[in-house]
Amino acid sequence: MGALLEVKDLSVRFGGVVALDRVSFDVEAGQVVALIGPNGAGKTTLFNVITRVYRASHGTVLIDGNPVQSIRAHNVIRHGLARTFQNVALFRSMTVLDNVLVGDHVQTRSGWVQASIPLPAAVTAESAARKRALEMIDFVGLSTHAERPVAALPFGIQKRVELARALVSRPRLLLLDEPAGGISHEEVDAMAKLLRRVHTDLGVTMLLVEHHMAFVMGISDRVVVLDFGKKIAEGSPAEVQRNPAVIEAYLGAA
Amino acid sequence: MQRIRTAPPRYWLVLLVVIFFLGFPTVISSFLASEWAQALILAIAIMGLNILVGYSGQLSLGHGAFMAMGAYISAILAHRYKMDYLATVPIAAVVTGVVGFLFGIPSLRLSPLYLALATFALAVVTPSLIKRPADLTGGVQGILIVQPDPPQLASDVFGAVTGTAMTSDQWIYYITLACALILFWLAWNLARRRPGRAMRAIRDGEVAAAASGVNVAGFKTLAFGISAFYAGTAGSLFALSTGFISADTFPVSLSIQLLVGAVVGGLASIPGPLLGAIFAYFLPIGSNQWVPSQTWLPDQITSTVKNAGPAVSYGVILILIMMFAPNGMVGLIRSGYATLDRRLRGAPDPKTGQMPPDPQTV
Ligand SMILES: Nc1ncnc2c1ncn2[C@@H]1O[C@H](COP(=O)(O)OP(=O)(O)OP(=O)(O)O)[C@@H](O)[C@H]1O
Ligand SMILES: [Mg+2]
Repeated sequence: MGALLEVKDLSVRFGGVVALDRVSFDVEAGQVVALIGPNGAGKTTLFNVITRVYRASHGTVLIDGNPVQSIRAHNVIRHGLARTFQNVALFRSMTVLDNVLVGDHVQTRSGWVQASIPLPAAVTAESAARKRALEMIDFVGLSTHAERPVAALPFGIQKRVELARALVSRPRLLLLDEPAGGISHEEVDAMAKLLRRVHTDLGVTMLLVEHHMAFVMGISDRVVVLDFGKKIAEGSPAEVQRNPAVIEAYLGAA
Repeated sequence: MQRIRTAPPRYWLVLLVVIFFLGFPTVISSFLASEWAQALILAIAIMGLNILVGYSGQLSLGHGAFMAMGAYISAILAHRYKMDYLATVPIAAVVTGVVGFLFGIPSLRLSPLYLALATFALAVVTPSLIKRPADLTGGVQGILIVQPDPPQLASDVFGAVTGTAMTSDQWIYYITLACALILFWLAWNLARRRPGRAMRAIRDGEVAAAASGVNVAGFKTLAFGISAFYAGTAGSLFALSTGFISADTFPVSLSIQLLVGAVVGGLASIPGPLLGAIFAYFLPIGSNQWVPSQTWLPDQITSTVKNAGPAVSYGVILILIMMFAPNGMVGLIRSGYATLDRRLRGAPDPKTGQMPPDPQTV
């Protein structure tokens, strides 16, 4: 008992493609775990199983001891697990603030009747939500962008909006799918600093997928390596870098 | 040089619109007031559709069916069971809302295209569904609705302002206006708070919405229910204002008219349905009268418009709006307003960072 996230013997099949093949590992509270592997290794698929977008063919995932199969997709975040997406899945017609406010959805309870009438409880809940959202926007360094529509923002900024949206619900575990993917060099450094603050200041446990090796090695306590759906290595960044199977997989892919 | 002028705040605009709609019937004929009442009724129905299509992103091509339902619930309760008509309006609204909610549950399993087809089918079968139980609905004969006389107080106030007695049509206009104001206010509250954001999030991306904790199925069916509630209210008021309903009162084209109004006015906005309704209601009437009377137009055009009725002018104006105002009339007004505000305040264009020309020099 104890790990925040336990992946046990997990397999996922898409028709003939075996995207994940009997993968097992744990994420302990307080850790930063990196999930690496060549393209198509099954990293995003693993995230999608954990957040109930896909269904496992075999094996289980436990969030704080609860099997994900028993949790509905929209309740995963209520178990303290938030995520970002590889290609940024923001609500494109909305402003930065509104996006982050959607992330705050689980923090308030006011329903449609309370909101429409509007009952005082709904109004105060709303202004408290705004305050939390603005604080989180400030935390990721986007205060000047709060009222901007997200669709017009550069990709690097959008990644940070997505981070704020995931963080505002105060998750215990954050799944990050390539937080440094597709952004410029300076932005990569800034993102690494920001994530370190997410870990230390907000105390969020993280599982992150990343191709950027310097980034991964700098931030993570432990690294899990996937190749063709199989776990081929696990250990500290230094151990993994020395592992012949890992070197083989990366050289083979390159 | 300092410039502190800004464009007037938006609530001034809202106040002006409310005052306009309150005072308007005192200067126009009773017949015109009845036409404007129907435009407002259309606005209510379009607001319902806007919540479904604009906010939650589910397409309905059959909202006229929910209007029909509201209309018949009220008409039957008033005609058969001798209920006071105004008391039947909330009943019709709630029952239609519940039916819409239930309709929304199986709709969750449909792809967007199939949902459009299913709702369209609903609109297509509505007239025959109405004709079938002829004892209840009056079949093709329809149902006559007794229009209420204005109460003494309303009549006195109206008389004091205009010097003429208030007609039933004018009274119905004010009932409609009150309903429209309340329903638009509720929609505004809903749209800008948690539930409205949840619906927009679903429209923009269901997976991300669910990952943020939004119960996608729940809010989609809720949107269907609320949307049908609005359509039911509109239908009930529509029966009251026309004084007569039959199966032919709710043709398929009504559902299309609602969708056109929602799109032209501007989806996912609060003033959009009002503008869209005025457009969708008066354009066919106007073009039917105006185009054939233009002697400078070629005969073919005038005769086509006469025969094809609203279809032609709808088509032309829709194409123009889609070309020049992709976010509907509201989008056009918003961008104009933002430009005005920037000019008056001397703020740079957010996209290019360019300063506007000095208003004193242009
Ligand atoms: N919805 C799906 N349907 C069918 N096959 C899928 C689906 N999602 C993923 N796959 C397949 O599963 C395998 C793993 O894909 P996945 O996206 O998890 O890789 P990844 O490790 O995230 O790669 P990348 O580094 O390129 O993001 C791939 O072969 C992919 O084609
Ligand atoms: Mg991936």
